[in-house]
Amino acid sequence: MSYLAELAANGALVGLMYALTALGIVLVFKTSGVANLAQGALAMVGGYVMWWFAAALGAPLWLAIPLSLVVMFGVGRGIERVALRRMVGQPVIMIIMLTLGVEILLRGAAPALWGAVVKRLDIGIAQQPIVLGDILINRAYFWGGLVALLLIGLSLLFFTSRQGVVLRAVADDQAASWAVGIRVERAIGLSWGLAGVAAACAGILWGSVQGVDWTLSLLLIKALAVAILGGLDSIGGVLVAGVAVGVLENVIPGYVDPLVGGGTRDLVAATVILLTILVRPFGLFGREDIERV
Amino acid sequence: MFYRLAGIRHTSYAADRALWPAPVDRVQIAALLLFALAAPFLLPNLYLTSYLLPWIIWSTAALGLNLLMGWAGQIHLGYAAVMAIGAYGAIHLVRAGVPFEIAIILGGLLSAAIGLVFGFAALRVKGLYLAISTLAMQYLVDWIISHVPAISGGSQATLQAPAFRVFGIPIADDRARYYVALAICLMVTAFLLNVGRTSFGRALAAVREKDFAAAVIGVNPYRYKLLAFWCSSLLGGVAGAVLAFCYYRAVTPEQFDLDVSIQAVAMVIVGGMASVIGSYLGAALVLLAPIVLNNLVGALAHALGLPLSADVLSHIPLILYGGLIIGFLLIEPLGLAKVYDNLRNYFLVWPFRHARR
Repeated sequence: MSYLAELAANGALVGLMYALTALGIVLVFKTSGVANLAQGALAMVGGYVMWWFAAALGAPLWLAIPLSLVVMFGVGRGIERVALRRMVGQPVIMIIMLTLGVEILLRGAAPALWGAVVKRLDIGIAQQPIVLGDILINRAYFWGGLVALLLIGLSLLFFTSRQGVVLRAVADDQAASWAVGIRVERAIGLSWGLAGVAAACAGILWGSVQGVDWTLSLLLIKALAVAILGGLDSIGGVLVAGVAVGVLENVIPGYVDPLVGGGTRDLVAATVILLTILVRPFGLFGREDIERV
Repeated sequence: MFYRLAGIRHTSYAADRALWPAPVDRVQIAALLLFALAAPFLLPNLYLTSYLLPWIIWSTAALGLNLLMGWAGQIHLGYAAVMAIGAYGAIHLVRAGVPFEIAIILGGLLSAAIGLVFGFAALRVKGLYLAISTLAMQYLVDWIISHVPAISGGSQATLQAPAFRVFGIPIADDRARYYVALAICLMVTAFLLNVGRTSFGRALAAVREKDFAAAVIGVNPYRYKLLAFWCSSLLGGVAGAVLAFCYYRAVTPEQFDLDVSIQAVAMVIVGGMASVIGSYLGAALVLLAPIVLNNLVGALAHALGLPLSADVLSHIPLILYGGLIIGFLLIEPLGLAKVYDNLRNYFLVWPFRHARR
């Protein structure tokens, strides 16, 4: 029983970090209806930028983290300004391919720029696990999950602020927002910037766990699973789905791997996506108006 | 100029329906065909096996994907998985003693059967959701292939393609393999050149433009979406089998991973949706550009005396694929085919630009 509890607890914390990545997908989809398939690569770039500030330039942590968040905000906005804005009104297949193109470009450019070897990213979290009764919890996961939870809570709060209300209005109806004087492009740009920030946080947290290299961009498939399961336009959904995917992804391999010889971990996210799309395409908390044939 | 036409004017319905209305097009096609047939005797072996052969095989694959993405307007991010199914299926069948001709068709049918499962997702959802579910299927198929020893021959294993014969002729050297690939490429090309003129092709176009509008005019979108997935997966499976038998001559799961899917999608987008010549041009650009750019950057760095790390060189293909996809989507969404078409239209009536085309 404590084996199960340990797997589930660690999984839930990892899931919170997935949820943080998925937050960027949801934010962008909510405001502009665009699928952000570049989120994995944004997380990777976030990790690289943080490493560059902290290890290569030698900035202290309290400076490096905010700096990399600011840089990633700029990167997110830049992607929207340079690429996405010109694609308004194009078929959805084109826009999806464009974000995928950004993902591929970044996935090649970042290792080319900063080197492909795994970089160690130390954000001051000790190695030894937290002992809680008879279960062991990875300390990095614990802090990562906590920070992720905090940030997701913050983004929920953000939606009650003035800017947040603007984002909600744009999400609801772009034309009507235009009519009442909201600058829609600006709101969409903001959502991309926030997606960049969420990706950077996820990249830094996850990078401190497994090191920074291109494999950080594999967070994309997990984040997609979380976003789809939670419903693409629900932030609360991201939280629940993140924990669910994280727990499944830790518990299932814990029991099934010994039977089939390993590797089921990579399968869980893909299976979650497929089952969700087949059974309930709008996810747990999404709006039910997703267009069907 | 060399078109010697001032616009195309048809005097009969047969001329109107012709695949290549201008005589110069026919000459061009004939010349290209002759070159393709004579290439093994004209080109050094290196060029034949490392440029021409992969180009025609990848063009076959790109044509298959273009049927789905260009003609039917469905997105597919798991095409490499479909190709892998065809490749593994055909190799296992040939190993079991099935003749090659039948094995690649059966491999293709196996791909088509599994591709239909991808298609069922398309019935439920579209656009973004379809993209993500095909992406998930790519992971799933990859995992199954590499983790089931009966298929891949154990993890990290390479499955050698056995020796094979086509219609009793043993296919032993590079030339013979080239001709096998060429024959299949020509068949697929002929199919796609004509698909736009059939009721099937028109139905696909109707579904692509608006599925419920298609339903209103009596085209069943369910049926035609599934048919599009079936057809395109069949072609992908055959292309995968040819790739495995004629080019790699062995299969490993890594030959068909997600990056390969993205490469195939890049070929279609860079080449141009719903264009046969575009598929060829796209495949050429996506295959050759990384090689050319790699050499160019290497030479440039050498000439300027800049130390260039292996990391940069090894990531050039990815940067290029991403850059090509972004660039073409932003600047020329109809791809190289449109560029070619613009040139052709210009020269069609050159120097009399005022003439009606």
